[in-house]
Amino acid sequence: MSTFWSIWIIFMVVVTIAGCTWLLFATRKVEVTKETEDGEAPKTGHVYDGIEEYDNPLPGWWFKMFVGTVIFAIGYLILYPGFGSFPGVLGWTQVGQWQEEVAEAEMKYAPIYAQYSEMPVEELITQPEAMKMSRRLFNNNCSVCHGSDGRGSYGFPNLADSDWLYGGTADQIKTSITHGRKGAMPAWGAVIGEEGVDTVAEYVFKLSGREHDEAKATAGTQTFATYCAACHGADGKGMTMLGAPDLTDGVWLYGGSPSLVRHSIRNGRNGNMPAQADKLKAEKIHLLAAYVYNLSKNQ
Amino acid sequence: MSSNVTTAGDQPVYNTKVVKQFAIMTVVWGIVGMLVGVIIAAELIWPDINFNLPWLHFGRLRPLHTNAVVFAFGGCALFTSVYHVVQRTCQASLFGGPLAAFTFWGWQLIIVAAAITLPLGMTTAKEYAELEWPIDIAITLVWVSFAVVFFGTIMKRRTKHIYVANWFFGAFIITIAVLHLGNSAAIPVTATKSYSAYAGTIDAMVQWWYGHNAVGFFLTAGFLGMMYYFVPKQAGRPVYSYRLSIVHFWALIAVYIWAGPHHLMYSALPDWAQSLGMVMSLILLAPSWGGMINGMMTLSGAWHKLRDDPTLRFLVVSLSFYGMSTFEGPMMSIKTVNALSHNTDWTIGHVHSGALGWVAMVSIGMLYNLIPVLYKRAQMYSVSLINLHFWMSTIGTVLYIASMWVNGIAQGLMWRAFNTDGTLTYSFAESIEASYPGYYVRFLGGVIFLCGMLIMAYNVWRTVRGDVQEQKAVSAEVQAA
Repeated sequence: MSTFWSIWIIFMVVVTIAGCTWLLFATRKVEVTKETEDGEAPKTGHVYDGIEEYDNPLPGWWFKMFVGTVIFAIGYLILYPGFGSFPGVLGWTQVGQWQEEVAEAEMKYAPIYAQYSEMPVEELITQPEAMKMSRRLFNNNCSVCHGSDGRGSYGFPNLADSDWLYGGTADQIKTSITHGRKGAMPAWGAVIGEEGVDTVAEYVFKLSGREHDEAKATAGTQTFATYCAACHGADGKGMTMLGAPDLTDGVWLYGGSPSLVRHSIRNGRNGNMPAQADKLKAEKIHLLAAYVYNLSKNQ
Repeated sequence: MSSNVTTAGDQPVYNTKVVKQFAIMTVVWGIVGMLVGVIIAAELIWPDINFNLPWLHFGRLRPLHTNAVVFAFGGCALFTSVYHVVQRTCQASLFGGPLAAFTFWGWQLIIVAAAITLPLGMTTAKEYAELEWPIDIAITLVWVSFAVVFFGTIMKRRTKHIYVANWFFGAFIITIAVLHLGNSAAIPVTATKSYSAYAGTIDAMVQWWYGHNAVGFFLTAGFLGMMYYFVPKQAGRPVYSYRLSIVHFWALIAVYIWAGPHHLMYSALPDWAQSLGMVMSLILLAPSWGGMINGMMTLSGAWHKLRDDPTLRFLVVSLSFYGMSTFEGPMMSIKTVNALSHNTDWTIGHVHSGALGWVAMVSIGMLYNLIPVLYKRAQMYSVSLINLHFWMSTIGTVLYIASMWVNGIAQGLMWRAFNTDGTLTYSFAESIEASYPGYYVRFLGGVIFLCGMLIMAYNVWRTVRGDVQEQKAVSAEVQAA
């Protein structure tokens, strides 16, 4: 904040608070000075459409409450930021408060996670306490996309089956969580044309053993070999290195209906599993990997 | 009764036509706005009742609800009140000839435009300022005309002093103009799309400078002006303290304008602005309560009237809700409390204790006082129906607020609950699940309040027609209640 704005803010704060306080004291009258014969406060003498006004004093409790809030405000502005660029004698900031709380949580919870950090995933899944913690971590961090049962949703992989885009070993799962994954299926519509999309789709259905149009599937064979096999493999069984899905297993991340499969081919798909390395400590990712590993192992 | 009218004798010819028009539309828009509120409350319980139509989606109907109740219902109530009160307390007819009629038709057109564009999804996405730029320009034109009529009438007044109600009206009209122009600044792209002139945190701060002072000047200062006329009128008592009205008026308008940052606690807003928003909100408590004290104490010596005057009961209970929500507001602006309450249903409850308890009930009290005056009837068609309406409004409001308190505190506590390993105990969806009982109670409260409005509409219609219910039955029922 520049000096000018700091002074401007201080000036406006002082004018507002001091002005109100001055007005409060200037109009203060605690006692009724001149009572009328019926024992009531005097009236101002104004009449508006039949409405008159008493000149009663300010209620004492109200006056004190007003003064009290002003005193609190001044005290608060001495202790905390608010008075222009003056940081307050406590040196408090909201970022500082957050950092303190995080550090405190770190101190408190780090040992709980540390006890499992050296234990291999295969062993972790036999520890009931560790699995309880990992389930909570999953609910907090993963369930928004993958579902609280881990069964995924349209565009979000099912983690509770044995079908893996990027591999299902403990290490592969951990890598997926730590660094994230970016799935990129290019859009082929402009390259192979609508007829190409149509015939390749039929060939893909043939690969997965589904009902298909034989003539079209035959026509699509060459297109598949030219454009698709590089990632999905000549047999269509996918490639873990690239995260290219197995097209023969009946699992369709973006829907398996004829029109949705055509849509995937025509327009491509972009999957994005965000990297958790910046968000979660390695000990927590370790536990999460165990949870996901266990989810699929139970199938 | 003495008078300080300088030229006594001839009564000016008041413009009651525009007052009548606004009064009737207050009833109409009140029902419409609250009906939309009940619909969206139902959508939160049964999401499917939007029938998958975009126009009925919660996200589009919610701004329609807020605009309809704040600017259509509340706005018409304020126009009614301002035009009636300024004429009567200045002993002068409205200034500006056809301008007053222009403000009526202009305001109704703006409301209709809002009711069409918001469900169509045309929005600036700024809360309580969702209307797109062509409508914003129309609002500016109507509002400037409103100011000309009001201040023109003040200028030609035949009383020496300006009555306190008019101070509040004046502050409300000027400040809303400034807020509207400041916050709605935008760069138009097409006739139905514009982008805010501000970006990021500054946009948020300007938005809440506007948003909170829409509450402060539209829904507080404006309605305090209404209160300052109709409470002493209905009670037949002098206003309690002239000097209290001076202190609380100036303090209220000086401090309210600072309170906006309390909507942005623990956000990207710089610490100093958050602190100022908080301390100014706390200082605001006393000036806010000044209005409540002045209204309540006006009844001293006339408390017995509450027994058989349900209109007065509306006015007094509205002041109680006003006092309660202006206490709750400063408390919620305290950082520690805000950390719990922010983004929960508590905020919704707080708003409605002001909107239903204060704004709607004081407006209803005004209408029950004013309709017989405007249509030259001895009283409303049925006093027992006013009484019934009073209880429905009170019960509806209490159900609404209490359910949202319970929900809000439950949500706040669930969101911050940790397990022993530092993970969150509850998912967001679990807090929603826990909120369902509150959603049902809130819906019920809203339905009851809305039904009360329908009863008022019937009562107003019969009064305008000139019917009078048999008197004996009335007094018996009122005493029973």
